[in-house]
Amino acid sequence: MEPLAIITFLAAVLAATWRLATPFIFTSLGEVFSERAGVLNIGLEGVMLIGAFTAFAVTFFTGNPVWGLVAAMTGGLTCGLLFALLTVSLKANQIVVGAAFNLVGLGLTSFLYRSVFSGRMETAREYHSFSPIEIPLLSRLPFFGEILFRQNIMVYATPFVVLAGAFLLYRTAFGLSVRSTGEHPRTVDSAGLRVGVIRYASVLIGCALAAVGGAYLTVAHTNQFNEGITSGRGFIALAVVVIGRWSPWGAFFVSLLFGFFYALQLRLQAVSGITIPYQFLQALPYLLTLVVFVTLRKRAAPPSALGVPYKSS
Amino acid sequence: MSETIIKLENMVKTFSGTVANRGVSLEIRKGEIHCLLGENGAGKTVLMSIVYGLYQPDSGRIIYRGEPIVLRSPKDAIKRGIGMVHQHFMLVPTLTVSENIILGQYPPWKILRQMDKVETRIEKLSREFGLKIDPKAPVHRLSVGEQQRVEILKALYQGVDLLILDEPTAVLTPQESAALLHFLKEMAGRGLTVIFITHKLEEVMQVSDRVTVLRDGRKVETVDTAEVNPRKLANLMVGREVLLEQPPKTGAEGEEVLSVKDLSIDDERGLPAVKGVSFSVKSGEIVGIAGVSGNGQSELALGLTGLASIASGEFRLCGKIANDLTPRELSHLGLAHVPEDRHKMGVVLPFSIAENFILHDFDSPPFAKNGFLRTGTITAHANEMVGRYDVRLSGVEQQIAQLSGGNQQKVVIARELHRNPRLLLVNEPTRGIDIGATEFVRRQIAAQRDTGSAVLLISSDLEELFALSDRLLIFYEGRIVGETPARKELIEEIGLLMAGKSMETNSVTK
Repeated sequence: MEPLAIITFLAAVLAATWRLATPFIFTSLGEVFSERAGVLNIGLEGVMLIGAFTAFAVTFFTGNPVWGLVAAMTGGLTCGLLFALLTVSLKANQIVVGAAFNLVGLGLTSFLYRSVFSGRMETAREYHSFSPIEIPLLSRLPFFGEILFRQNIMVYATPFVVLAGAFLLYRTAFGLSVRSTGEHPRTVDSAGLRVGVIRYASVLIGCALAAVGGAYLTVAHTNQFNEGITSGRGFIALAVVVIGRWSPWGAFFVSLLFGFFYALQLRLQAVSGITIPYQFLQALPYLLTLVVFVTLRKRAAPPSALGVPYKSS
Repeated sequence: MSETIIKLENMVKTFSGTVANRGVSLEIRKGEIHCLLGENGAGKTVLMSIVYGLYQPDSGRIIYRGEPIVLRSPKDAIKRGIGMVHQHFMLVPTLTVSENIILGQYPPWKILRQMDKVETRIEKLSREFGLKIDPKAPVHRLSVGEQQRVEILKALYQGVDLLILDEPTAVLTPQESAALLHFLKEMAGRGLTVIFITHKLEEVMQVSDRVTVLRDGRKVETVDTAEVNPRKLANLMVGREVLLEQPPKTGAEGEEVLSVKDLSIDDERGLPAVKGVSFSVKSGEIVGIAGVSGNGQSELALGLTGLASIASGEFRLCGKIANDLTPRELSHLGLAHVPEDRHKMGVVLPFSIAENFILHDFDSPPFAKNGFLRTGTITAHANEMVGRYDVRLSGVEQQIAQLSGGNQQKVVIARELHRNPRLLLVNEPTRGIDIGATEFVRRQIAAQRDTGSAVLLISSDLEELFALSDRLLIFYEGRIVGETPARKELIEEIGLLMAGKSMETNSVTK
């Protein structure tokens, strides 16, 4: 390739990187809260699907993606309430409940989609999703303009949401209690705080953000819903949390890394003259997840009480 | 001085069938140091956890500063100026000292912008009370003694009037304990009321104004410390005469059974825990390993029993290099092991007592034949052992989980001693068991030595080491930093060695 072509290729990949990273950023930021409080939610994929579907359905009927987003968050909070009820109050095994959420998420959204929308699709109005907002002047910068300043509102929001998340976790009394709950819940109990309340709050934050991450796929990234549209992103978000060492900014940057993998494989498919089978390219992000996971895993130390229900004696 | 700060009336607390407190009444005076003395399981900690709001009593009243109060959670207690330093510290290891101290002190929405201010206040407090600490240090980097300081500072930061300490000296070196007791006396002088839970008689005598003895969830008596002596207290605590001194050893020392040369062992995280130690144990002697727990003793025990791999160096059992032998091979060579954690390694809790007796020999005669267990023989064996080692139970088919800690430990001791080992490795043999069982277990260990076994005794209880050992090796950060005769008069030097303070004088001579 010529130098110019390489630069164009790179700009396209990097512009897509942030866009494709956005669902990971929301979902993994939420899971950071959940896991920091000691609750491992492997049901992210299911919650994302429910968020994606709710956002799609509400936007479809109202025509306004903002309502779609609000509905997704409500759906996410409902999931969170149920998850916390089962794992925190009833102390059910978190892995089992999480797995059930994934199955229910996929089954329920596919069922509703087919029963409500399958007949209508021929006449389906295409709704308006969040469209790219070009920042005046900046968007015309060579190279950086495309990467940074021609994104939609949800993409722009990510660093601010992460900033808010980091502030909440590290600079408030609530954040301090969340971090303590995942490490040593008995201390939290003994300090006169309620472990259960803190875990409920963290799980709710986690599920709400996972639903937003899913909603992004149907009201910003595209303007449609497919069965299983999340295609494993919830599981990758779990890996993002671990590799990002349970920190909000860690999750942000690792999400960008995975966004880059996705963007790279998409763009490589479009490059003529590359003879790698597209199936291999599609598998690339998942393979890289495994590689990164295995190479970086040793350095991370999870919250000590992660996955352990708390019984006050 | 004689004004009552808190009064407990007829406290009753039951946990799913087990009665922890059977109607305890207690009066604590303002500004006194009041010891709560009793054996493990006497109900001391439960009673105080009620005062701290962790448990709700089934019945009974708490009267604090003249009015009845109900404490629904520790928050209520903290608000009223009641603080507690738990036996297992309530600290989050990954957080800093100041973060630990302010945990739970502010409403959730509070923005912790002025950590500097918090830190200044903590520094001021620590200077005022002579509790040196760096507020920015993460807690997992602190020594156990320093962590306890953080706990006390936490209570002081909350503005405590009544401070409960649950066995605070269990994890400290003798010097640290002395400093703590001194500090508490000074604080009491300033008007702080202290309730001090312990089962160590000497501490009661040193520190307290009055002492309440609990037994089996009941109050035995409250007495002025000045009017009692340790023997009287021991009798009150146990309900009969006890004899904790061991008879002197009778046998002579023989050949070397265990010899350890430059042995290094890593802990489970792969960090060096035992760093090149050399020593030997002869038949007919008890060698005690002293040290604050966490200085490599656990790893040494795991290494010598084949449960952890040896990083470098070697050890020989009965002359044979034993580095790469499996636990089973070592056991056939004559090693018996009474492990540190009874529940994890000593017994199989859901198994019956009879089954627990044959964990080593279940697959060989007389307990098994052609691959089938012979239940008759197994039961008979268990009945014989139970009689000989005075295990209190309702039947050998009972699950061992239903026995008290002391009786479980007797089963472990019986199983290990029955094999008449060449080397007996005992790790914390009397931790968490009552005085009666302690007495018994110690006598058995001494008797085993007298029949010619070599005994390696690891314990964090110096009293126990003095009572049993013939000589002591002192462990500090994975190294042997000194060897002394096991004489009580040397407690000062041993304490310094345990704290790693005296590296240059490597051996204290008789």
